[in-house]
Amino acid sequence: MHNLSVIQQSIRMALDNIRHNKMRSFLTMLGIVIGVASVIGLVTIVSSVTGSVMDQFASLGAGTITVTAQGTMNRHGLSDKDLEKIRQLDGVEAVAPTASMQTSAVYGKTVTDSVTVQGRDAVYFQHNDDTIQSGRYFNPAEMTGETNVAIVDADFVENVLAGNGELGTTFLLNGYQYKVIGIKSADDSVASAFMADSSSSGTVIVPYENVLKMTSMKNVSSLEVYYGDDVDSADLEDRLQQLLDTLFDVDEDSRDNAYSILNLQSLMDTMNTIQDMLSTMLGGIASISLLVGGIGIMNMMLVSVSERTKEIGLRKALGAEPARIQLQFLIESITLSLLGGLIGIVLGIVIALVGSKILGTQFRISYGAIGLGAGFSAAVGIIFGWMPAKRASDLNPIDALRAE
Amino acid sequence: MAEEILRMHHICKDYVMGDEVLHVLKNIDLTVNKGEYLAVLGPSGSGKSTLMNIIGCLDEQTSGTYRLHGTRIANKTEAELSHIRGKEIGFIFQSYYLLQRQTAAQNVELPLIYADMPARKRRERVNEVLELVGLTDKRNNYPNQLSGGQQQRVAIARAVATHPSILLADEPTGALDQHTGAQVMQLFHTLNEEGNTIIMITHDAHIAAHAKRIVRILDGVISEGALEDA
Repeated sequence: MHNLSVIQQSIRMALDNIRHNKMRSFLTMLGIVIGVASVIGLVTIVSSVTGSVMDQFASLGAGTITVTAQGTMNRHGLSDKDLEKIRQLDGVEAVAPTASMQTSAVYGKTVTDSVTVQGRDAVYFQHNDDTIQSGRYFNPAEMTGETNVAIVDADFVENVLAGNGELGTTFLLNGYQYKVIGIKSADDSVASAFMADSSSSGTVIVPYENVLKMTSMKNVSSLEVYYGDDVDSADLEDRLQQLLDTLFDVDEDSRDNAYSILNLQSLMDTMNTIQDMLSTMLGGIASISLLVGGIGIMNMMLVSVSERTKEIGLRKALGAEPARIQLQFLIESITLSLLGGLIGIVLGIVIALVGSKILGTQFRISYGAIGLGAGFSAAVGIIFGWMPAKRASDLNPIDALRAE
Repeated sequence: MAEEILRMHHICKDYVMGDEVLHVLKNIDLTVNKGEYLAVLGPSGSGKSTLMNIIGCLDEQTSGTYRLHGTRIANKTEAELSHIRGKEIGFIFQSYYLLQRQTAAQNVELPLIYADMPARKRRERVNEVLELVGLTDKRNNYPNQLSGGQQQRVAIARAVATHPSILLADEPTGALDQHTGAQVMQLFHTLNEEGNTIIMITHDAHIAAHAKRIVRILDGVISEGALEDA
């Protein structure tokens, strides 16, 4: 490969020229540095933030639609028959009703008010197998409501049990004695934050039937609808909405008071769209800066060509074909902008790292953005170096040698 | 019969300046054989630079035929001319034209790179020609660390490196004092003894006197033989 020496020599000369014109080269590269650093920094921060949120959504279980039904004057909640109708909807795999109540708990001689009690059934645990951190789930015998067992969360341990989180601890709930058999895992997800009740002193999960027994509740006010991987969640949400409209006898205007639907998948889709939009927008802004940087490079290369006219003439006299002269100057401009791109990549990663520290999100490097930055800066070098390089290669050797 | 390196027949060069046509070279006939040491002597404005440009394939004639080492130089592309220059011509300029940011060795290596010589052979050849001009110990010096005479010797090493058919020197001692100029002339003499063909363009009759053959050029016309100073 005979051109290798020429390329090698051109790169060496390019670095030489950058060294000899430090200030000028630095200012020229600055445009590229800022462009690449901002595209990498901003895109990485955006994808870190949305990525963290998405992870939390996904951990809540994709494939779940949560329905909360406050009910209307005529209908206080959903009946078993209503649940059956929902279960019959196309694409629905299972439905897990949640019965919840607020009550007081007694541990030793201490009474704690406003404890949230959630009744969960076997279907729920099938779809949420990471609910507990230690201990065990309810067994089928316990699901019948004959025994009083509970899974408690960290808040409950702290506020009600005075920090005594041992399995087997007993306490009174609504007058019944309950035994702790499991500790609920910490749930710092966004969706749980959506639904959290800040006035609650803690959450106890008990078998579904136990809550019905305690409240003699006939209607379900909250349920989770599970669907298969291949189901279009937006479509299912629409059909679910139609069904619930009919059941509660409400329309578009009045349905907000009767029930609400939380579709994590559609939230995730929205997040995705927002992320794409943000990335595109930030990419657009960064490419303007790259354009400005490219013009800077073109300017410096034009200056360089006119400063080195005599050198170009000499090289031509020594047998350099126009194409080689062009290649040499092209390599110089590519070296310049790639160097700027490299500095920009490092700076962008630092920005993203600092940004993720400040925002408290997990730092995740976007290889796509880095590739984009490197590719863009190389492209800028070629596009904006072309014209000055062509000008150099077109110089007449006699005039060039005579130039002062 | 000596090998013919260069033959010019009825070479004319015109420049158009507005409405006027300037006849810079008028019917030049010139033949140079291998191993000759020729001086082209003429005052400034005589057309000697234009003649040098045509000999050196930096420019093409308006009419007439020019053969260089058997190749007819006419209607060549820039790339072809570059290639011919690299192969056939070793330029030596009045002000040396060394690249300031490259060492002596790197300057000498430059035409070899353009001639696509492999790296190892390039190194060998650079050492050879630097030894020839007596600058082996200065190989890693930059031009600004060398005297004028040394710089011109580096330039001469660069010119001979590619084994060109013609060493084409344009006022090679013009920027040097008498003493170092004499040293360069001595080097030219040695190079010629070793079989190099040299064409030297100068306005200085004393310098031209070092050559074995002198042609005079005046107002675009050449005549053979040395005359007294014009």
